[in-house]
Amino acid sequence: MTIDVIDRPLTRDGGAVNVTAHWPADWIDHLAGIEPGSPLAALRAERPEARRNAQLSAEALFLPAEETVFSRAERAAVALFVAGLHRQAAVFAFYRDLLVSQPGGLELEATVIAEGRRGLTEGPYGAYPDGPLRVENRSGPLYRVDPAQADVLGPRLTAALTHAHLLVFHPRDASALHLQALLDAGWDTTGIVTLSQLVAFLTFQIRVVSGLTALKYSLPGV
Amino acid sequence: MTEQVIRYPAQSEPAVFTQDELGWLPWLEPLPESALTDRHRDGLVDPARAKSPYFMLLVRDPEVLGARTRTDKDIFYNTRNGLPRADREVAAAATSRVNGCIFCASVHARFATVHSKRREEVQTLLDEGISGVADPRWAAIARASEALTETPSGFGTRDIQALAGAGLSDLEIIDVINGAAFFNWANRLMLSLGQPEEPVAA
Repeated sequence: MTIDVIDRPLTRDGGAVNVTAHWPADWIDHLAGIEPGSPLAALRAERPEARRNAQLSAEALFLPAEETVFSRAERAAVALFVAGLHRQAAVFAFYRDLLVSQPGGLELEATVIAEGRRGLTEGPYGAYPDGPLRVENRSGPLYRVDPAQADVLGPRLTAALTHAHLLVFHPRDASALHLQALLDAGWDTTGIVTLSQLVAFLTFQIRVVSGLTALKYSLPGV
Repeated sequence: MTEQVIRYPAQSEPAVFTQDELGWLPWLEPLPESALTDRHRDGLVDPARAKSPYFMLLVRDPEVLGARTRTDKDIFYNTRNGLPRADREVAAAATSRVNGCIFCASVHARFATVHSKRREEVQTLLDEGISGVADPRWAAIARASEALTETPSGFGTRDIQALAGAGLSDLEIIDVINGAAFFNWANRLMLSLGQPEEPVAA
């Protein structure tokens, strides 16, 4: 609780600002440009639990009630990297804002954006186990953080961005060795679970935003 | 001391897409059942999930798991005015086929068969991939799921017109978007936190 308060910006009289108040009530609506009262908002309201819990997922991942070893700045840095890999402008701008609003975030911003650009490719690719599916193997780049940037990012974030690139573009190549690399870089089991959820959640959120944005422009009146 | 992942050197992994029931082995230690608190039980949502190594690993972050599970249930089970269950399972199976998640594809192909009674057509999706789907409605759903699964997204007006042309309403199109998007989440967890296991021979 104490850490939670220190982490938040202070108002002029020294009281903590509620960080969640700075962010939209529904991130997917915000990112897809869905206005309250619009036909698309009415359609989303037909799946109220999905809408509400997608938002609760985002808040649990990016604005957790208790600060853990996996800091908010690290979470936002991974998000900005993943958003960059997806080339989705609204999502990229949003997580960039989230990162720079975190303590230490500003110092990471340029490097994370540059790494996101270095990691650009097209997915999904990857290999199948030995057998008839091998004919569907698709090769693609094996991303590694620029060694010159490792000092800025530190070992934990360096390992996290490498892992995030694997999950975004070639998840079927994932192996136990990739988790061992995270453990060796200082991640613990719970942290790896949260990191995996965070990257995987973003691949969901970004696709919902892409899909709803396309729907908005495709159907007159929606 | 650095923690170590769990390895299964002697375990053979399924090498084809199948509707058989597969197992799943975690590479990280699930939370022991004795360590469950009320906070964890709320995250599991469904008490029976305490028997699943997958959910018992994810429950290490209970707030995220709880919100994720509730998102999942509404996307797949809330059919009010929307897409039938079988079609949602086709979106999930098609997404899993494209990402290459043999475990997820097996579960959701099986569900698609249960709800549609069209086992052979579901098997064609698994055997031949998205381009093998002949039924126009399922082909539009599978193709839209594939486009949405590409990074960066290949999903656009063409897919929406194809879905509308196959008879889907606007809400049903949202159900396809949600189902395919959700399986991009699920596939990545299943693929990266453990491995599928062949069913025990009868």
